[in-house]
Amino acid sequence: MIIETGHFALALALALALMQVVLPFWGARARDANLMATARPLALAQFALVALAYGALTWAHVVSDFSLVNVIENSHSTKPMIYKISGVWGNHEGSMLLWALILSLSGAAMAVFARAIPPRLMADATSVQGLLSVAFLLFILLTSNPFARIETPPMEGNDLNPILQDPGLAIHPPLLYLGYVGFSIVFSLAAGALISGRTDAAFARFIRPWTLAAWIFLTLGIAMGSYWAYYTLGWGGFWFWDPVENASLLPWLSGTALLHSASVMEKRDALKVWTIFLAILTFSLSLLGTFLVRSGVLTSVHSFASDPTRGLFILGILVLFIGGALFLFMLRAPTLTGGGLFAPISREGFLVVNNLLLTASCAAVFIGTLYPLALEAWNGSKITVGAPFFNLTFGPLFAPILLLAPLGQLLAWKRADLLGAAQRLWFVAALGLVAVLGFYALQGGPVVAVIGAGVAIYLMTASFVEIWGRVFPQGFRKSANAFGRMAGLPLSAWGSALAHAGLGVTLLGLAATGWGVEKITKVQKGETYQVGPYALQATSIEAAEGPNYREAIVHMTISRDGKEVATFDPSKRFFKTRQMATSQAGIVTLNLGQVYVAVAEQSPDGAFDARMYWKPLVSLIWLGALVMSFGGALSLADRRLRVGVARRAKVVGAVQAAE
Amino acid sequence: MTRKQKRLTLIGSALGVLALAVGLILFALRDNVVFFYGPGELVEKHVAAGTRLRIGGLVKTGTLVRLEGKSVKFEVTDGKADVPVSYTGLLPDLFKEGQGVVAEGALDTAGVFKADSILAKHDERYMPREVADALKKQGVWQEGGAAAQGAAQPAKNPAGAAQ
Repeated sequence: MIIETGHFALALALALALMQVVLPFWGARARDANLMATARPLALAQFALVALAYGALTWAHVVSDFSLVNVIENSHSTKPMIYKISGVWGNHEGSMLLWALILSLSGAAMAVFARAIPPRLMADATSVQGLLSVAFLLFILLTSNPFARIETPPMEGNDLNPILQDPGLAIHPPLLYLGYVGFSIVFSLAAGALISGRTDAAFARFIRPWTLAAWIFLTLGIAMGSYWAYYTLGWGGFWFWDPVENASLLPWLSGTALLHSASVMEKRDALKVWTIFLAILTFSLSLLGTFLVRSGVLTSVHSFASDPTRGLFILGILVLFIGGALFLFMLRAPTLTGGGLFAPISREGFLVVNNLLLTASCAAVFIGTLYPLALEAWNGSKITVGAPFFNLTFGPLFAPILLLAPLGQLLAWKRADLLGAAQRLWFVAALGLVAVLGFYALQGGPVVAVIGAGVAIYLMTASFVEIWGRVFPQGFRKSANAFGRMAGLPLSAWGSALAHAGLGVTLLGLAATGWGVEKITKVQKGETYQVGPYALQATSIEAAEGPNYREAIVHMTISRDGKEVATFDPSKRFFKTRQMATSQAGIVTLNLGQVYVAVAEQSPDGAFDARMYWKPLVSLIWLGALVMSFGGALSLADRRLRVGVARRAKVVGAVQAAE
Repeated sequence: MTRKQKRLTLIGSALGVLALAVGLILFALRDNVVFFYGPGELVEKHVAAGTRLRIGGLVKTGTLVRLEGKSVKFEVTDGKADVPVSYTGLLPDLFKEGQGVVAEGALDTAGVFKADSILAKHDERYMPREVADALKKQGVWQEGGAAAQGAAQPAKNPAGAAQ
């Protein structure tokens, strides 16, 4: 009964989504305020229905209802509860339902929170958002129905892929989807603005909080996915330039560009066409990512199963929305006029450079990801484009951003003094150079690591120079009322400083991988192994029994200079139902670095082959992403972003006075 | 600065970044792309020794030899041709005789494929996609066979699969 209710709710949600496409759109054309006002309740009701359907599927997984094909294929009665709940999205059908849930959540959020948006734009945007829901709900109901029943239910299910039985599954997909799908709001608003043909600086203000929110979730989702891959795959790597990873990086890069160009549009009424293009591009890349991952054109742990009809259906959605939006863009873009040009040496000039470099690096990743697919479709040859390609293209295109970002922050809008800004940075630039020399003296090692670490130190400190200048406008000595000025700074100033500094933190973590130590060896009970500064001793080897797996555990102690600092237990799990083994890497964080041990198979004499690593500062890679997201959250919390259009003129005046 | 100069600066810098990106991408695509061959194709194409490539197929049953240290030797087959592979290092969890494998490395002058990495990547059917395609090409792949068992059609008899 609950299952049928869920199935029915999903079909009803589709009907409501269709109404959401038609009614507000018609209302906007007929200038009927009542029809336009249907947008809000329709979006809310649609969300409630999809949430009901989602709840029903979760219930089926929790009680192990093996009359559902989806539960049989992906669950098992002995599976721990957390994986019964998160296992709902650990398969194709369920993850598409999660996608639809977040899509309707985005629509509902827009309906509730975006009261400042003019009714016509709101009506058109809601209508586009409804069309997205129609497409994805149809996709689920026609090709990937999670509520499909089976005539004779079995006693037991096939269990979830062991690699997915991990807390990472509970966190990574929802965060990533909130990011991906959050950009749908920005897409709908851009499409709505193109349909109604009116865009002004206020548009940038409407999309900014949504862009920022989606960007925060996407940043966290990518970082979480990377950390999950790092600890679960047992190879010590955290980024493989795998097409699935690239698919999430693409909207992140264009979304980052969008954040920056939107601020130019907001402050200077320029880059309008470009900002709208980026808004469309970012969600298009999210859709492309969904297509790549869900259609089965790539095979990885993410593409749970491949089915050509699904691939074609998603390709159809992709063509409809990207093609439709670009066609609309082509029709309307020439009619958009803006403030136009500005001096190259200015805040906006540097933001343009930022946008050029971000989109160019996005294009490099795009080509590296899609070229193998295109070539295979063209002449059947199979190629791999791996890390060397991306290091050679993405690296040089992204690196200047790291150096220029702090400089851009110091430039004024309209007309700026480059020399003055550079003078304010000489001290931190010198600090970066000292760091290079210091790291070289202490660690030696690869030049790339040393230079990367120096740039990271520069970026981390230089990001705060602007704030420093505003807190101590007359130098550190005359610091009267500094605390008052610090408290008076807008949160968005702290936000952008922290976000840039977070990038520096991540860079330091990346650079430090150059000083890592790797040891591949046989581990025997009682033996000690030296890995970097640490001595690892295997104290005992134990066989254990988990709820749905057998486990061989190696208990180890870590000591430095003869003193024990930590113990940990890397293990190997063997899942009976799926006949599949996974490595549970043992990881201990020490001084921001990590000791990482992954055991491979046990040989007949009881010893294990193992990979042992010492990875200095590696945790900074993900901590940096946390700092970036926190910076984004601060910026989102800024009061100035929440004020309505009516008060806009006053607020803009205040901002200019503050700067 | 005049309006014209501003526009030229903007267009110039956009073209500059574009040219840099295109140049880098073309340069990188020329040298950093690794081709994938099945053993049959490898024999047909007479790939020169030392060229980096990936090969994939099944680990031929009865050919896996563990040498001293962490070195192994085995043959990769697609039913049409066999390629001897040597590798030093840890093998992935799912490496087994009769199972699919992808190896990256280069042929040496004696025709032995010196692998420097054995890929652990696989889908839920424990079969790298390239391998499945290569096997299909040679007609060795049987849909629903031992290798395709697993998630392919689990709904029919899940209780049996659970045993």
